[in-house]
Amino acid sequence: MLSVDIAARLGDFELEARFDAPATGVTALFGRSGAGKTSLTNILAGLERPVRGRIALGDRVLFDAAKRVNVPPDKRQIGYIFQEGRLFPHKTVRANLTYGMGRLAVDKRAARFDQVVDLLGIAPLLERRPKTLSGGEKQRVAIGRALLSGPDLLLMDEPLTALDAARRAEILPYVEHLRDVERLPIIWVSHDVDEIIRLADHLVLIDRGRVTANGPLIEIINGPDFRTATGRREDGTVIETTVAAKDAANALTHLRFAGGELRVPGVNVTLGQRLRVHIMAKDVAIALDPPRGISVLNCLAGRVVGISDPDGANVDVEIDVGVRLRARITRYSARSLSLQEGLPVHALIKAMALDRTGRDMALSL
Amino acid sequence: MSDLLSPLEAEALILSLRVALWCVVISLPIGIGTAWLLARKRFPGHLLLSAVVYAPLVVPPVVVGYLLLVLLGRRGVVGAWLYEAFGITVVFTWQGAAIASAIMGFPLMVRAIRLSLDAVDRRLEDAARTLGAGRWRVWLSITLPLTAPGILAGAVLAFARSLGEFGATITFVSNIPGETRTLPLALYSVLQQPGGDAPAMRLAILSLLLAIVAIAASELLARRMRKQLGV
Repeated sequence: MLSVDIAARLGDFELEARFDAPATGVTALFGRSGAGKTSLTNILAGLERPVRGRIALGDRVLFDAAKRVNVPPDKRQIGYIFQEGRLFPHKTVRANLTYGMGRLAVDKRAARFDQVVDLLGIAPLLERRPKTLSGGEKQRVAIGRALLSGPDLLLMDEPLTALDAARRAEILPYVEHLRDVERLPIIWVSHDVDEIIRLADHLVLIDRGRVTANGPLIEIINGPDFRTATGRREDGTVIETTVAAKDAANALTHLRFAGGELRVPGVNVTLGQRLRVHIMAKDVAIALDPPRGISVLNCLAGRVVGISDPDGANVDVEIDVGVRLRARITRYSARSLSLQEGLPVHALIKAMALDRTGRDMALSL
Repeated sequence: MSDLLSPLEAEALILSLRVALWCVVISLPIGIGTAWLLARKRFPGHLLLSAVVYAPLVVPPVVVGYLLLVLLGRRGVVGAWLYEAFGITVVFTWQGAAIASAIMGFPLMVRAIRLSLDAVDRRLEDAARTLGAGRWRVWLSITLPLTAPGILAGAVLAFARSLGEFGATITFVSNIPGETRTLPLALYSVLQQPGGDAPAMRLAILSLLLAIVAIAASELLARRMRKQLGV
């Protein structure tokens, strides 16, 4: 487990952070740009120094102001993957990869090197210079380099931000491999909602240099602090589902979740696979009676459990369908349906709204 | 060579090269250290240090030569001690000429190295630290190689400056044939004699050729280096 409780002053910027991150899985550090995510990551890596507090990774104390402990970055065994890769321009890919291998046992180096090169598919790049690599290739080499330094924890500071959508899709499976197969704890810094839904299990929200929320991803991401952090456009509900059935004839997949079943257009998944689905509030409609003769595939019975104060023409309605689902409808509709707490309703989710894989849907675990 | 150059010319040429080479050898480590201090460290006296380092650029060379004489002369503050303790004196020797030109070339060298140190992406050094490299390894494996073109440029500038050094040298170590009479001093000497125009022209051409060869060689080396560095 990583436990952090620090205060730092970096120029005019003040940072105060207190959170614990689990010893396994991906912990997302989420916040707008300028919120202090990178400063915090630099502090974890030992590149910046807090004014007070304590950082411990498992039973290793990395920083303790009271006891004057400050383990230098080269002794922390924390791998750091930067947004811009930061490959050494004067070294070949091979020399970049082996740079940090000193910490591995001598007799294990060769095998580990081959394994990592193989995993990331970078064998053809080994003799090349970083300058000649594409953005995705650079990031794969950077991941390999950090991995080969034998880290106890991996920090990934928006490693996908500089990449286009195709390159992102190229990198994500490797990160999932690190999480699931290498079982490396990862701190994933991001301001991209879909990335963290896809990857993270634990979420730390930062805003203006303060940690505003910290806990299991599903809990935090469906809570009020996350909405404050993202703004209204990204509002929605993230639910965890399992692939229950595949309807090949209609190219549909049935996803089971706490509130029943969702049908989504055929996604490339396997039975039993766990999948997180991000349902945008604006894609959920409300009906008082179960509608007939309608093209919308998903109709979930539930009960209104909350109605937000109106914001312009819209209100957000929370419906308990087994999980709490958020729907954004017009104020006018809410009034004409006489919505109030406790009222039984049906939530309608158009299957096509869930179709944009990688945008509204996250494949996970 | 003896067919091409007169004994006087050969002597001056070899001496010039020797002085210039030693000037670079002694000033390079100090130059790298000073550039690093100026580029990377903030300390009281930073401004004073940079003023002292860059002073030879603007102070008349004669003044530098005179100060060296005061400092390192046999009765100078440091010179007297050197002579009594070790029997060493640098006045009127080619070693003294190397010291004089090292000081004159020092600002050029430090400036070139400092600019190139400033251009090194510090974030690469941070990345190296997170990969387990200590400060020294980062310096040797990242900072120094990436600064190499600047170090080369600085060395060449100091070398070329030394070949042309006149004022500080003649003031500090005088104009002794075979000991301190480098190319510019030899040129000056022949000009003092009647009928010295032709030998002066030959010496001038020699100096010119030397400078051109040095610059061209450094340019070729720099090109190869940049390719090596992948920048």
